[in-house]
Amino acid sequence: MAETMTKEVKEKEELEWFGPKERKLITDPLNDDNPVTVQILGVCSALAVTTMVKPALIMAVSVTLVTGFSNLVISLMRNGIPKQIRMIVQLVVIAFLVTVVEQVLKAYSYPVWKQLSVFIGLIITNCIVMGRLEAYAMANPPWRSFLDGIGNGAGYGFILIVISVIREFFGRGAILGFKILGATDEFLLNTTKHWWLSWYQPNGLMVLPASAIFLVGIIIWIQRARNPKLVDIS
Amino acid sequence: MDNLLNVFIKSAFIENMVLAYFIGMCSFLAVSKSVKTAIGLGAAVIFVLALTVPINWVISELILGPNGIFKTDLTFLRFILFIASIAASVQLVEMAVEKYSPSLYNALGIFLPLITVNCAILGAALFMVARSYNFSESVVYGIGSGVGWALAIVAMAAIREKIRYSNVPAPLRGLGIAFILTGLMGMAFMALMGINPATYMQ
Repeated sequence: MAETMTKEVKEKEELEWFGPKERKLITDPLNDDNPVTVQILGVCSALAVTTMVKPALIMAVSVTLVTGFSNLVISLMRNGIPKQIRMIVQLVVIAFLVTVVEQVLKAYSYPVWKQLSVFIGLIITNCIVMGRLEAYAMANPPWRSFLDGIGNGAGYGFILIVISVIREFFGRGAILGFKILGATDEFLLNTTKHWWLSWYQPNGLMVLPASAIFLVGIIIWIQRARNPKLVDIS
Repeated sequence: MDNLLNVFIKSAFIENMVLAYFIGMCSFLAVSKSVKTAIGLGAAVIFVLALTVPINWVISELILGPNGIFKTDLTFLRFILFIASIAASVQLVEMAVEKYSPSLYNALGIFLPLITVNCAILGAALFMVARSYNFSESVVYGIGSGVGWALAIVAMAAIREKIRYSNVPAPLRGLGIAFILTGLMGMAFMALMGINPATYMQ
């Protein structure tokens, strides 16, 4: 009894709402501990949704919500889950949250739901969610787990948005459906009318799924060149 | 019969899980370091896909569909039931293999539990629903997409074994070059349908 008391007191002393440790939980996944480029988690469902910015944005928000709240729920339940069946418990919690997200999207944004189709469901097996549950939420208090989930979701969303901006701009000459560069009058800058832009052609490769993989590879290259600590020696 | 063959070729090559949709990338990148383990995981994925896609077809048609036993549309429960059936069948497969074929269990043992969270398994089940296959098509689709996935991971592992001898720039080593290789393989596979960006334009 005394032991648990001292443990609780100690835990309370360490816990803050937005101390330096808590801030680190949010900012680290955006850069040096990025789930996609450093931890290689969650590449699975990410790359097919990045042809345009809008579905990528919605995917980023959905994943952030799911990672945040599943971390919170599992962290609250962590002392009551038997070790042998923890995977199934985690999967059921995640599947429930994803179902909520899917139903909300279906109700309020039907075209996007149609476009994302199976990829919303694939958030369940997105390795980020499971990975963070196993690595963080099973051993840490709820508020920090929640922040860790939000941070990792945001790190994933950040990569998704960077890739989708590049792909939509170079592939279709638009950002968020707002047409910027192109060969007809629909676009803000009609390339055929300006002699200094007449060479411009949209890059068809950027529309193909393979380009997303190349872009992730290049982002990893840049990040590791800037931070040699991350270089893979194996 | 023609139709089934068509579904098989399409799922294994033209719409390859990994190289056309980039589904199942996590374990594809993590376990493709040697050909031997890649073959083990590939075989396990074929087996589990051939089992779970038809099971999930039965669940979605006979239990969740409007013509199923409850006579109501319960499709919103799809995710929970699919993932539960996948986890349960992986567990059963693991126990059965352990009991009846210890040598196969030793070969696949480590990979079987990993498969529950392989996006390709749930992805195949969801694609099967989205494309409204019938029962025999879903059996063939399960086997075909498993074969496609196994093919991709074995090819990738073979390339990564060779690339260890080449002089890749240090920051690109390991994961980075694996991504770029996957992209190149994806583009090569695209030749099977003819490069036609218009199909992705919608």
